[in-house]
Amino acid sequence: MVAITKKFIINGDNGMNRRQFGTALATSLALLTAGVSGQALAQEEIRIGYAISKTGPYTGGASTTVIPNYEMWEAELKEAGGITINGRKVPVRFIAYDDRSNSEEVVRAVERLINQDKVDFILPPWGTAMNLAVAPILDRHGYPHLATTMISDRIPQLRERWANQFYFVLTSSQYAVGIVEVLEKLRADGKIKGDVAIVNVADQFGVELSNAARARLKESKFNVVYDQSYPLGQQDMQSMLNEIRRRNPEVFLAFSYPPDTLAINDQAKTLGFNPKLFYTSVGTVFPIFKQRMGDNAEGVMGFGGVSAELPVTAAYRERHLKMFDKEADFNGSAVTYATLQMLQQAIERTNSIDRAKVSAEIRDGSFETVLGPIKLQNRMWVEASSVGQWQDGKFQPVHPADAIGVKPLNFPKPEWKN
Amino acid sequence: MPIIDALLNGLTLGGMYALVAMGLTLQYGVARIMNLSYGQFMIAAAFATFWLFTSFSISPLLGLLIVTPLAFGISWLIYRVLLTPLVKRAKDDNALEVDSILATFGLLFVIEGVVLVMFGGNYFNYAYIDRVFMIFGTPMAADRLIALGFAVLIGAGLYAFLYHTRSGTAVRAVAVSPVSSRLVGINVETAAALTFALGGGLVAASGVLVSMFLTFNASMGVIFTLKALIVIIMGGVGNLPGCLLAGLILGMTESMVATFVSPGLTLAATFALFLLILIFRPNGLFGRA
Repeated sequence: MVAITKKFIINGDNGMNRRQFGTALATSLALLTAGVSGQALAQEEIRIGYAISKTGPYTGGASTTVIPNYEMWEAELKEAGGITINGRKVPVRFIAYDDRSNSEEVVRAVERLINQDKVDFILPPWGTAMNLAVAPILDRHGYPHLATTMISDRIPQLRERWANQFYFVLTSSQYAVGIVEVLEKLRADGKIKGDVAIVNVADQFGVELSNAARARLKESKFNVVYDQSYPLGQQDMQSMLNEIRRRNPEVFLAFSYPPDTLAINDQAKTLGFNPKLFYTSVGTVFPIFKQRMGDNAEGVMGFGGVSAELPVTAAYRERHLKMFDKEADFNGSAVTYATLQMLQQAIERTNSIDRAKVSAEIRDGSFETVLGPIKLQNRMWVEASSVGQWQDGKFQPVHPADAIGVKPLNFPKPEWKN
Repeated sequence: MPIIDALLNGLTLGGMYALVAMGLTLQYGVARIMNLSYGQFMIAAAFATFWLFTSFSISPLLGLLIVTPLAFGISWLIYRVLLTPLVKRAKDDNALEVDSILATFGLLFVIEGVVLVMFGGNYFNYAYIDRVFMIFGTPMAADRLIALGFAVLIGAGLYAFLYHTRSGTAVRAVAVSPVSSRLVGINVETAAALTFALGGGLVAASGVLVSMFLTFNASMGVIFTLKALIVIIMGGVGNLPGCLLAGLILGMTESMVATFVSPGLTLAATFALFLLILIFRPNGLFGRA
């Protein structure tokens, strides 16, 4: 370094042209990085990397459900001194990139994590599209892929193709069929006749979910009185809701994204549109939903739902609130954190960072997590609930009957209070 | 009555579009700065309002009195420091347009980055006015009506300024011809800086108002820039009445299509309309040929 600086000073004013300067810079950079990686080899550590949407349209979802959990885990590992391997705490270094909500960018970032940063494990990005984008490359390099925010109908086929992918959500059809099963039961009990209005956001997940619901509604001979989609990003729902209100449905289903979920609830309240069952999708479980709707959240239904009543889950939510000064959502948050616990326990049990061994342990082992005990079946977590509902300020799972911590449905939904 | 519902809803929606676009028509049409970071200014104002409201219980309407002048000042500074050199070295309008697009494209990331660092990428919104008014039997949310009211008020105030004051006339003169304005003793630089800052104040005001009823996050700015661009091009760049009319037409179209055809076709209808206007009136509804 000294020599280079000297040369730089000597040549600085007169002799050094751009190319020379460039060479000097490159050399010093090479020296610097060599120094860093030399150090890294000396003080053994576990490297965990992830690329996630810190900017762009996926930021909202990523920073509600995923990023806080990664940060929380990182902080806790730092405090604990690392992950225990062969009785010794090995410090963990985290490397994070912004994928800018762009599927090419996420692939590039993950390749960089693998080839340049040489990380031992990679945590998944947020959302179906991004997870699908990185799945082939994670598979090719043998990284376990703990997919928590990837919802697709193709999971059975994907499971065949990618042996190290693990699933912690249901398929879109399972979510959609879940809510229709709730309707079927209500009709069988004579609580509704079966007039349903259905809307969806015209984007991948909204379309997939609503198509599955539509098919099942038709099969079960429900009377669909309104069925439309609306463009992505639309927050003006009043015209649509007015039109739906005129058709007087008993059940309203919206397969929506967070901003439109809030807009639909808010504007339905304004209009006094009070069907007996009110269901919106992504965002219904977000803390911001309760903030915005207050007591009016009561009775609103959505998909998923992780019971907040298990002591381990409650303790996790408490930690989350304390660390970020905001609540965890009632669905993916705890699930994401549970997958991190599984990864850590798998590393500690196998006493290695050998990815094949760790993957095998995740596949076959039983784990103690913030969701209670988890054991995957055929690489899938099957105890997730498909339908939930806001009850007394908490989003509770209400369907299927064997979901963890399931509660009876509160029906009909209380009317909006303005 | 479906038709009354649709009309009233179209009116509030159109009012919002006009409000959002007014600042850009000043910045682009008069100060000749195609401000790509326009939507980010708006989002920043929405965040400022959110912060004032949740941390200091300052109501958004009071926040309007704080955020708008602040944005005016910041915009003025930006014009003086960042954009004046571009204006000076630009050989003609086209060169300035390209330069300003590039410079404000960079500004976009700066603002978005600052907001991200301060607030994170989460969705935000807050409950302020929860009242509902019945108008001809149609329920209307009070916050939307307030936004519409302000859009009309601000539009009228701006119109009065531009057409009935001396500095307003100077601003219009600069819009028509910067070169000849100089000949009649108008300080073009000051007038342009003033207009750009005025546009900045307006966009902040619209950010404050829509934050009362929309959900926003740090990366949503571009949506508003695009909407505003469509409105001002439809209305005729730099033309205030055109901007108001175009906003209202867009709002009405969306509302009518959503009510009587399908909510899925609102975007298609918007762009079809945009296309028609571009074909038959390439300079916008009120644009000069």
